[in-house]
Amino acid sequence: MVSFFRLILVFLVIGCSNNILGQSENEMVLVTGGSFIPLYGTDSATVVVRDFKMDIYPVTNNDYLEFVKKYPKWKKSKIIRLFSEESYLVKWEDDVTLGINFLPISPVTNVSWFSAKSYCECQGKRLPTVDEWEYAAMADEKLPDARILPEYNQKILTWYEAPKTFENPIGSTFKNYWGIYDLHGLVWEWTLDFNSVLISGESRKDVDKDTNLFCGSAAVGASDLMNYAAFMRYALRGSIKANYTGRNLGFRCVKDVEVLE
Amino acid sequence: MKLNQRLSKMKALMLLIALTPLIALFSCVDNNEKKDYQNTADIPVSREMVAELTAPPHVPTPVGRRKAKKLIVNMEILEEVGEMTDGVKYTFWTFGGSVPGSFIRTRVGDEVEFHLKNHPDNKLPHNIDLHAVTGPGGGATSSFVAPGKEAQFSFKVLNPGLYVYHCATAPVGMHIANGMYGLILVEPEGGLPKVDKEYYIMQGDFYTKGETGERGLQPFDMKKAVAEDADYVVFNGKVGSLTGDNAITAKVGETVRLFVGNGGPNLVSSFHVIGEIFDKVNVEGGDLVNTNVQTTLIPVGGAAMVEFRVDVPGTFIIVDHAIFRAFNKGALGMLKVEGEEDLKIYSGMQEEGIYQPEGGGIQDMPAVEGADQAVASAKTLEEKMEYGKATYMQTCFACHQAEGQGIANAFPPLSKSDYLNANVNRAIDIILNGKTGEVVVNGVTYNSVMTRQDLTDEEIANVLTYVYNSWDNSKKEVTPAMVRSRRSAH
Repeated sequence: MVSFFRLILVFLVIGCSNNILGQSENEMVLVTGGSFIPLYGTDSATVVVRDFKMDIYPVTNNDYLEFVKKYPKWKKSKIIRLFSEESYLVKWEDDVTLGINFLPISPVTNVSWFSAKSYCECQGKRLPTVDEWEYAAMADEKLPDARILPEYNQKILTWYEAPKTFENPIGSTFKNYWGIYDLHGLVWEWTLDFNSVLISGESRKDVDKDTNLFCGSAAVGASDLMNYAAFMRYALRGSIKANYTGRNLGFRCVKDVEVLE
Repeated sequence: MKLNQRLSKMKALMLLIALTPLIALFSCVDNNEKKDYQNTADIPVSREMVAELTAPPHVPTPVGRRKAKKLIVNMEILEEVGEMTDGVKYTFWTFGGSVPGSFIRTRVGDEVEFHLKNHPDNKLPHNIDLHAVTGPGGGATSSFVAPGKEAQFSFKVLNPGLYVYHCATAPVGMHIANGMYGLILVEPEGGLPKVDKEYYIMQGDFYTKGETGERGLQPFDMKKAVAEDADYVVFNGKVGSLTGDNAITAKVGETVRLFVGNGGPNLVSSFHVIGEIFDKVNVEGGDLVNTNVQTTLIPVGGAAMVEFRVDVPGTFIIVDHAIFRAFNKGALGMLKVEGEEDLKIYSGMQEEGIYQPEGGGIQDMPAVEGADQAVASAKTLEEKMEYGKATYMQTCFACHQAEGQGIANAFPPLSKSDYLNANVNRAIDIILNGKTGEVVVNGVTYNSVMTRQDLTDEEIANVLTYVYNSWDNSKKEVTPAMVRSRRSAH
């Protein structure tokens, strides 16, 4: 992957905005589109997701290191404050050294939304939308939508409680129905429109107002368990801003599937 | 009361004590350099101070007679693995690294500048809702903070009392169930009446994937939480946080004030101290004072201040009087009081005798031939084990627990027990006669009471055989004859 990445980057002389290079498709799998009712979102209506390809693994420290080497403006000493607060790559030893506390194949964290977005764009990819991410992440090993299984939700909740999982290597959780690893169990992941859900931080107020939530979840027979795992993701998304970074917050990219005419 | 406090500013302490009632009558007219604020929102603040925060069971220094201040509270949120009871780990989410969270002590009129810091290693966003806050969400709307960030907001404490604070981030129930609650005290002007000892106790219920006592790192169980089927009901975040070496202490003659809260998330507390009567309870943490209270009800998300003078030495057990919670789920603490006995108040056991309701004609021991024969006798070891287990589950289980593991700091284990295996006759004697006082089992000292058990010779033989042949014990077989010989030895 790394050498392949390097090969691509050789061609990237100037910036990478709107470039179409970097088709590292061998690391992606197809997620067949469909419709689903998000657990908690802007509204409770059915959402249609088109086919897309998603990275099998979250972006690793090593991947990101190569990225900043090629695009120095994303080095920790160079990054524009507007695009990230001080905690950007805070634990890296220096601009191009991870340091001893980092496994090269652990997910990269302490990156801002701006930097994650740029990373994906430099590969001709983009960040997934909340709906795409949630759609892919509702699969367990066997089912594309495992949300109704209490064990599945309990497993996710258990991860939400497990400390320091950001230190684990990629691929250390399970491979889901689509062939994607680590959507749950390693780190939170940036989404393109993470801030489209307005959570005030006062969850009880949100609950009061959003009666749709209860109607919607009642309609699909949602247990509390089912809501709880999603609540926590949305709460996290509601608490962050695009220039924030987090020790537990990484990302992966997706790519649209060209429609064959 | 307020008048006296104003005066005490001006007068020397000794004089005050002697003359307070008198002076109060005459001097209120010319005492006009201090205002009495009808509205506590008008109380001005002078100077700035960083609040002292304490982990339970300790509380910060009383406010005394200090003026209202700008009080800076630095509270750090930590998600960390801790111990629920011996061998059982749990990921606690905490305000300040303890469950319950750090105790905050303020006085009415203080302007609190609250800094809520979410540790970078934490996974989740959090916030804080303080019941002492007058404002939307009790501060929750203004304190929502992502991992690695700090939120700041300010409020003025207007109403004196003892208040709960907790996290109110979705899913609220889970944040609270994982330990995100604590107490904030707002003292009236001049402070609460002085007492000798003050402690901080907060009850909470916990829900684990494994059954009560199941070892290892136990994740939170959402289903049980919804069903309100608690595995642990504890004081101060873990079983045994207030027992043994962790017991709170006082000396005879001292007045003890307990700041008691209940974080829940589900279960109200019937707070009781065995062998004490609360002289004074600030019901629900407010102004209403009740006196001579045996058990006070503490709602979830509520608190109470209880006060009592300890008159005799001994160990006083603190419980939620929903008693299975105390003996089976952990809601048990201890107050150890040292000092001189007062036999007038409490005599201790004066005489032990046989009670025969029908007079001397009938013996009190039903364990003679007739009774034994009414029940089928166990012939084989298997039968003995079976009957013994039945007796165990009826008689011994509540304290010594299903796997003989006992309850930490309260009831000694029977599994792999050196004390048990060392001496069969002693074990028989304890069942026959009961046992009070210190025993050392597997290196741990227990100081508790076991009552004498009214069992037949055969029942005792069976239950001991069961215990000796379970849980890595020495596999002794106890016969009814052995029990009989011990009985007649007394």
